[in-house]
Amino acid sequence: MERHFDEELKDLRKDILKMSDLARESIAKSVEALKNRDKAQAQNVIDADSKIDEMELVIDEKCIDLLARYQPMAKDLRFVTTGIKINADIERIADLAVDIAQRVLELADKPLLKPLIDIPKLSEVAQNMVREAIDSFIKKDVALANKVVASDTEADNLRNSICTELTNDYMSHDISTVTRAVPLLLIARHLERICDHATNIAEDIIYMVEGKTVKHHHE
Amino acid sequence: MNIQVDNLNLWYGDFHALINVNAAFTEKQITAIIGPSGCGKSTLLRTFNRMNDLIEGVRTSGQILIDNENIFGPETDLVTLRKKVGMVFQRPNPFPLSIYENIAFGLKIHSSVNRNMLDEAVQLSLQQVDLWDELKDKLKKSAFSLSLEQRQRLCIARLIAVKPEVLLMDEPCSALDPQATARIEELMRELKRNYTIIIVTHNMQQAARVSDETGFMLLGELIEFGKTEEIFTTPKDKRTEDYITGRYG
Repeated sequence: MERHFDEELKDLRKDILKMSDLARESIAKSVEALKNRDKAQAQNVIDADSKIDEMELVIDEKCIDLLARYQPMAKDLRFVTTGIKINADIERIADLAVDIAQRVLELADKPLLKPLIDIPKLSEVAQNMVREAIDSFIKKDVALANKVVASDTEADNLRNSICTELTNDYMSHDISTVTRAVPLLLIARHLERICDHATNIAEDIIYMVEGKTVKHHHE
Repeated sequence: MNIQVDNLNLWYGDFHALINVNAAFTEKQITAIIGPSGCGKSTLLRTFNRMNDLIEGVRTSGQILIDNENIFGPETDLVTLRKKVGMVFQRPNPFPLSIYENIAFGLKIHSSVNRNMLDEAVQLSLQQVDLWDELKDKLKKSAFSLSLEQRQRLCIARLIAVKPEVLLMDEPCSALDPQATARIEELMRELKRNYTIIIVTHNMQQAARVSDETGFMLLGELIEFGKTEEIFTTPKDKRTEDYITGRYG
């Protein structure tokens, strides 16, 4: 039996996908801006964030409205509550893209401290994780969500090696490198946080599909 | 008092209304039975005090153990069973007597009591359903002078007076407005400290709000039985999920 509620759920899903597309675009552009030291591109990312913030509010309102009007149960309830949670994660991902763009603005006029190797690697991992987390939401694909959760370790390792390299090889030897090293260190941190939010989304999708809580190794 | 249902079957003539039902109802908890109309939930409820015996052509097999005693056993005394397992119906059905007599009635049948004992029991029962303060000066008035909610509370007080152990409630709030429903639900939460409550309800939100455990029935079968929070968030059976999300039918 097709329910009017199903139409509302489809709308909610569409909104979440639209917002996640915008967030993914922000990450891609901020990483691109870093690679090309492109201040205009970085500014674009910063300017685009208000649209994502607006969408977050709209999606939140829709979820609360659905809870109040339909009092959904079982998988419908899990879908709407997951919607609320991943909405917040996607918005934070977009904020972190803005943080990266701001670091790009800080770095753009200074000579590059070193060729970027691990940061592009980490940004690729982050973009893949976000893409796959959203795909797992679209396809209700638990296997893909599990893959995202497993990728988080790789992201943590890359972040750690970037921090170790910047601290040990640059900042501790030459204090004048700090103003160029710290933004890179922060970018690594922002990218790793993006991976954490992708992991949160994937964990929420596992709950949404199977009703199982895997967060904080709760099983 | 735990209630254990083993391989329970019930037929109305040729119609197989309960099919191999197995369940354990926990003492001093509220268990809700949900399911679409005609699924057998009221029939199941009525087996606990053998109300179905009143219907011609009813046959049962299997057993229901209350206090480890099979209620279908030959030694079961129906009057004692129905005192122990009381029932509240959809529409409050007080006797055409005074408020006082409605409560005293059962006591007079079940035991020899003097006036003082009756007075005390009436007060205690009305206190337990939060009616004493509003009705203590109107005890001689007809029960029909009461609002629907007060009548339903009076019917519950009438049961409590004879010291039952199990309260069966068949859609106890369906005739009540949302405020009265909320107050009866609060009363149920109070009562479960002392009684085992089994409620049949069409209102799934009510089942979700008040019960500790929930059973879902379909076409005479108990499809799923478990903790209420699990049934309403992560049901195991697709048929349960379809029903509680409104996809059934």
